[in-house]
Amino acid sequence: MKLWRTPFDHNHSAEPLAYVFIDRERCKGCGFCAEYCPRDVLKMGSELSSKGYQLAVVKDGSKCLACGFCELICPEFAVKLTINNKAHSEIKP
Amino acid sequence: MPDHEADGHSLIAKYLRQDRLPHIWCPACGIGPALNCFLRAIDKSGLDPDKISVVSGIGCSGRVAGYVKLDSFHTTHGRAIPFATGLKLANPELKVVVFSGDGDLAAIGGNHLIHAARRNIDMTVICINNFNYGMTGGQVGPTAPYDVRTSTTPYGNFEPPFNLPLLLYASGATYIARWTVLHLHQLEGTITEALLKPGFSFVEVISPCPAVYGRMNKEPEGLDSLKSYEKRSIIKNGADPKEVDITQNGPIIVGKFIDVDRPTLHGSLGVVAERARKPTKK
Repeated sequence: MKLWRTPFDHNHSAEPLAYVFIDRERCKGCGFCAEYCPRDVLKMGSELSSKGYQLAVVKDGSKCLACGFCELICPEFAVKLTINNKAHSEIKP
Repeated sequence: MPDHEADGHSLIAKYLRQDRLPHIWCPACGIGPALNCFLRAIDKSGLDPDKISVVSGIGCSGRVAGYVKLDSFHTTHGRAIPFATGLKLANPELKVVVFSGDGDLAAIGGNHLIHAARRNIDMTVICINNFNYGMTGGQVGPTAPYDVRTSTTPYGNFEPPFNLPLLLYASGATYIARWTVLHLHQLEGTITEALLKPGFSFVEVISPCPAVYGRMNKEPEGLDSLKSYEKRSIIKNGADPKEVDITQNGPIIVGKFIDVDRPTLHGSLGVVAERARKPTKK
């Protein structure tokens, strides 16, 4: 998003720059992340992993608000969320 | 763009032996989210990781001891709590966590579980409850609800199950909670509280087991189990443990049930030891 003028509260109220990364070697295609993503960022793709599991893919990364639930619910530790280039778990509320 | 592939997931890299991944658990197993919550709870509680040791028994959840990057021990079947008791008695500074399943803790180690609760040893027990013996092929477990089908009860389970929170309450545990693997934020907070609670704390985690239990009970995918939990769970903090038994399709009452204070084993041992050291008057 391009801003013509930087709003004065931009630093603390702007949407975080979130990036969801799914480890293709670890994903076993259970579908938990895609089902319980509150913003429909993730979905189950048609591609198969090297072990034959159906992979979860990022459908629309720009919708992500970095709640971190996908990272928490992934049984394989395969989802990694970074916010403003920091790991989600590093950010203290 | 940052190099996401190269920089490790900081928290996971800190507490998990990443070289052991991918783990052996089936797709959609509930142990992964529970372990994730446990690792986050360690981080949140601010405890020194060098002072935490994880003990686990036999079963799928017994593998946790091998995956965490903490001092850990994988004991024989049902004997996780005796080992943890010895560990705690020998080194009271340690925070001992027992991470095991319902078959290991409530069936084969059932006696140890109730006696550890009675003695009120300062330890945290995380029990992954999937209602059956998953690793050995889905035999009926002590927590399997009445009438469910397992590989050893193909026409329905005819035994009444244990109600673990009630059992632990009757035995004297000071902190009892139950969550499903869908209530992850609550679970994380509860495990943090349980870690910081002096005394015996017990956290039951209802977990899907799609490969064996689910397949026999019309929940062949892990997602089916999660959707069933979503529909059936009722959050009731402070509920009476008598009312929280689980039936085949009935409600699952989750929440923090018990949080009381009692003298711990080390506290009462210290009082008696002090009395024994005092010279007797003649």
